[in-house]
Amino acid sequence: MPAPSPTLPARAIGGFTAEAFAAHLESQAGAPAWWLERKRAAYATFAALPLPARTDERWRFSTVQGIDLGSCVPATGAAPLPAVLPVKAAASLVFVNNRLVSRSAPSAELESRGVVVTTISEALRRHEPLLKAHFMAQAQRLGSEKFASLHIAFLADGAFIHIPRGVELSEPILVTHAVSGADAAIFPHTLVVADENSRAAVVDSFVSIPGTGADSRQLAVGANDLYAGHGSRLAYAAVQDWSRETLSLQLNASIARRDARIQSLNIHLGGRQSRHESLSELQAPGAYSEMLALTVASGTQEFDQRTHQMHQAPNTKSDLLYKNALLDSSRTIFSGLIVVDPDAQKTDAYQSNRNLVLSENAEANSLPGLEIQANDVRCTHGATTTRIDPEQEFYLLSRGIPRAAAHKLLVTAFFEEVLARLEDAALHDAILGLIRTKLDGAALA
Amino acid sequence: MSSLEIKNLHVSIGAKEIIKGLTLTIGAGEVHALMGPNGTGKSTLSKAIAGHPDYTVTQGDVLLDGKSILKMEPDERARAGIFLAFQYPSEIPGVSIANFIRSAVQAKLGEGEELDASGYYKRLYEKMDLLKIDRKFTSRAVNDGFSGGEKKRCEILQMAMLAPKFALMDETDSGLDIDALRIVSEGVNQLRGPGLGILLITHYQRLLDYIVPDKVHVMWDGRIVREGDKSLALELEAKGYDWVKKEFATA
Repeated sequence: MPAPSPTLPARAIGGFTAEAFAAHLESQAGAPAWWLERKRAAYATFAALPLPARTDERWRFSTVQGIDLGSCVPATGAAPLPAVLPVKAAASLVFVNNRLVSRSAPSAELESRGVVVTTISEALRRHEPLLKAHFMAQAQRLGSEKFASLHIAFLADGAFIHIPRGVELSEPILVTHAVSGADAAIFPHTLVVADENSRAAVVDSFVSIPGTGADSRQLAVGANDLYAGHGSRLAYAAVQDWSRETLSLQLNASIARRDARIQSLNIHLGGRQSRHESLSELQAPGAYSEMLALTVASGTQEFDQRTHQMHQAPNTKSDLLYKNALLDSSRTIFSGLIVVDPDAQKTDAYQSNRNLVLSENAEANSLPGLEIQANDVRCTHGATTTRIDPEQEFYLLSRGIPRAAAHKLLVTAFFEEVLARLEDAALHDAILGLIRTKLDGAALA
Repeated sequence: MSSLEIKNLHVSIGAKEIIKGLTLTIGAGEVHALMGPNGTGKSTLSKAIAGHPDYTVTQGDVLLDGKSILKMEPDERARAGIFLAFQYPSEIPGVSIANFIRSAVQAKLGEGEELDASGYYKRLYEKMDLLKIDRKFTSRAVNDGFSGGEKKRCEILQMAMLAPKFALMDETDSGLDIDALRIVSEGVNQLRGPGLGILLITHYQRLLDYIVPDKVHVMWDGRIVREGDKSLALELEAKGYDWVKKEFATA
């Protein structure tokens, strides 16, 4: 356990002082010893590590001075219920300020087959081995060790979802994580274990509750653990729509076992500055990971996305497509790495970052990368930055469609390639609706 | 009565003048064929009237119902009643035909007017039946992977839905086999009427067997050099464009 460094500036700790941590631990009294020990170790790591530095390659191009804890403290207190996505769900959980405020349980039929949709605090009592095995099981590699530690240290609750062997859900499970209050920090967590030959979809929705400090600074340090067992099919979507004053750090980790298929789609709309790290491990032959993301960046927003596609077994496949639309003076950063282990022969990996730049003042940075230690693989990567196609634009204008509406159509068309891969039509429409709402509020022409 | 008047129009692309003083008036419901060899400025004329930003009008005017449209944005010109059927329509992956045409029809409505969705689909399906277009077509992305015939039928479908006052049809026959040409022509003939004037731009006479023009104009080097009725098209077909070139190259 690293010792707290006396040389770190106070801003590296912010409001997450030893006293604040002690108070948090007290609230977790009654939790198993390993849980508390993990929290203590995590807090020590958090307190010992500096804030990200410009010189760290893993933070290249990122506006590191914006990665600031400010005076945020763990969010508390009641708030009005947040809006939830208009999706018909098999079950749902709503967390406000790290606490469960509303839930709808799975049907009796699903519960009788062992489907669990509950909180982490309940899982600590009733599903301890599974939680212990999967909670933050993957080592952080992409630069946010400090924030992963902060997350573990201060996490008060979250979603715990277990789909037992052979169970197939026809509707998604919807988890809403909301924050309210000025200088409020939340630590949303969603953990999903899909056992052998199961099939499920899980949606995370991240929102700031309007009118309750959402115009002040907020901090969200979230994580999720996705585990797709042998032959299972797990679809995960996260819709990030935090307030425009939020600093968001989100750590997405997935494991695909033999013949499993994981699809992870991250929609980035909100936040002042958002860092998203996605780590996908393909651990056994036949595993397939589809990594998708869509970003609408406007104003002075910054979205920083870092990915690892880790091929650890032969005959594994990964397919990454990250698309960003940039307006105004926004910035995006994409840095992706395909890592192929020496024995991961017949790996088929694809990585693509496409940027549609709608403003002279926007800036898209792209750093695709490969690290291949096997000799019989197919790995392709690429990045493109384009503008609105003038002939497509003229075609739409020539039909009487005003320029702003034409641009909106072309931006949503640019995203459709990714959205079309969603199986749930209601989720597709809900996400498209949020994207259109954001585009309506932006200057498009 | 509607009219589209092109008056002594000069159009340049960059520094190069393509249209060199062209005058032509289309009355309400009239069909005019504009013929001429390749590179003579026919497509340039249609794009300039529609407001394509690459084409600069340096002199002259284009009046719709007596009012100049040259200061209007392309979308304003379209809403005022000008329709360009493209020779090479853009492919727009990710936008369905239904969504695209609905956006265009919506744009024609006044501020605050909501499109009646069921009425819209009823009309759309009627026009599709008229053009022998399968209803599944509406969920396909605009022109994405379409055959030449599908693209042109899609243009005519848009024209039918937007009901313009004047349509500029740029080489609508190009890329069509004889069956597709017949279907497209039938579609145009069904739309033909007192409310729709047409400028039919074509290189070949064969389209005019199906869509019989009221007037024929022959263009050469940015100007109209001969005018007549449909017999002029037949004469041109018989003599070939070399005849025009010989007659006017030195003029």
